[in-house]
Amino acid sequence: MASSEEDGSVEEKENNNKKRSKSAIATAWLTFYNITMTAGWLVLAVAMARFYIQKGNHRGLYKSISRTLKFFQTFALLEVVHCAVGIVRTSVIVTGVQVCSRIFMVWFVANSIKQIQNEESVVLFLVVWTVTEITRYSFYTFSLLNHLPYFIKWARYNMFIVMYPLGVAGELITIYTALPYVRKSGMFSMRLPNKYNVSFDYYIFLIIVMLSYIPLFPQLYFHMLRQRRKVLHGEVIVEKDD
Amino acid sequence: MSRVTFFEVEILDYKTNKQLCFLDKVEPHATIKEIKSLLYKCYPKLYPARQSLKLHRSGNALKDDDILENLPVGTTATMYFKDLGPQLGWTMVFLVEYIGPLFIYLLFYFRLPYIYSQKYTFTSSPYPVVPLACACHSFHYIKRLIETIFVHRFSHGTMPLRTMLKNCLYYWGFSAWLAYYINHPLYTPPSYGNQQVHYALIMFVLCEAGNFSINLTLNNMKSSGTLLTRFPYPTRNPFTWLFFFVSCPNYTYEVGTWIGFTIMTQCAPVALYTLVGFIQMTIWARGKHKTYIQQFKDYPGLRVAIIPLFL
Repeated sequence: MASSEEDGSVEEKENNNKKRSKSAIATAWLTFYNITMTAGWLVLAVAMARFYIQKGNHRGLYKSISRTLKFFQTFALLEVVHCAVGIVRTSVIVTGVQVCSRIFMVWFVANSIKQIQNEESVVLFLVVWTVTEITRYSFYTFSLLNHLPYFIKWARYNMFIVMYPLGVAGELITIYTALPYVRKSGMFSMRLPNKYNVSFDYYIFLIIVMLSYIPLFPQLYFHMLRQRRKVLHGEVIVEKDD
Repeated sequence: MSRVTFFEVEILDYKTNKQLCFLDKVEPHATIKEIKSLLYKCYPKLYPARQSLKLHRSGNALKDDDILENLPVGTTATMYFKDLGPQLGWTMVFLVEYIGPLFIYLLFYFRLPYIYSQKYTFTSSPYPVVPLACACHSFHYIKRLIETIFVHRFSHGTMPLRTMLKNCLYYWGFSAWLAYYINHPLYTPPSYGNQQVHYALIMFVLCEAGNFSINLTLNNMKSSGTLLTRFPYPTRNPFTWLFFFVSCPNYTYEVGTWIGFTIMTQCAPVALYTLVGFIQMTIWARGKHKTYIQQFKDYPGLRVAIIPLFL
């Protein structure tokens, strides 16, 4: 982060300038980030559409877009940093959970368990992710530029109603389909005895991950529903504290 | 003859704005504590510890020793009530949190049925480090229970039931997880054998003694009133000399205890437990350290929060 170049001036003025220049740089960076991500997911959408039009089916679709997907989805880790540093006013934990679940699906399920890459459920969540991310990142981009077309706001706060459940379905079905292959290969697992006295069964871990969708998904879904009521209908909601 | 102006207090529900209680003829010098007892009389289920009273929805909860006439209200005060849920006193909380790990570890040590394979039920490990680890773990929690009952003097504070359940899940769950591996039939003893175990044991015992000394010292200082005007300082007990270097030596010693236990058992889950505990205690220590610095202008500059000369 570039620091203020001024020195020798009145300290308060310097601090104010620092604050102003900091948030101008932050805004510039965030705008650049969101434009890049919008572009990235658009590229993915186009690549997937082209593949399907040319080949007529989804076999090999994942493989053709996997590098682009891995790049842009991993890049999204920066969003956790944005929250932690404070230039984005969202909870670090909420963002962290969402990004981690994506990274997990991409690297530890789709990428590692080759046998499920041609499943329909994979196409399902890829399509859902693409639509959701293009909407989300363009929403952020236009908000930062202070010129938000209503239809983007509408899309961001309405499409999730259908997209979220579809995406969760795609992810869960994919993990479930992968289970037998994980069990057979014993991947990512560690058995006793070993000198660190620990064991890890990836198969059981995946089952626990699937079960964790039960408490987590409704929380995220209802959080978005509350946001929707607030933003689209101007409802004042008294938040329930813990 | 002066007339005392009585106050009226209206208590509304935080969410629904419904009037829960209207208190008239309240003494101007009544404390919030007394108002809470009056509300308790109207609603026998809402004991004072679970009441939160605020002047504004978005403001902070009023303290028990705030006095009515000193608050920014007219002679009719409006307060918002929020139910904090069932509450437990600190002593009860710590007893429940510590009794779990004590007994859960023993379930695994004695290899009760259905934990490990049928053929290992009620067997014992051939390695001397395993009963030693059991003794150390049990000693640690017995010591904590004794401190909770006889040494610590807690404020009147309480903890919400939900928080206590979350904490219990953490302590009980983690002890089960690490006990499972240490007492497992396929447990591998430490790589450097008895030497590793002996040095780790020494570290464990020294840190337990250190932690106990600090707890005792702090509570003596609290009961003699020293802590009202002064920050904790080293005494003749060499273990308290850590106060020269850190604000919260009790946490320092606690981390040391668990590092000792990790080295003794050479078990990854124990290392993880130590790490998580260290992070949490560092957060607490740094908070305490900051409070001390703000409160005392002459706070020793050499002291840091938890790790001497470092953190």
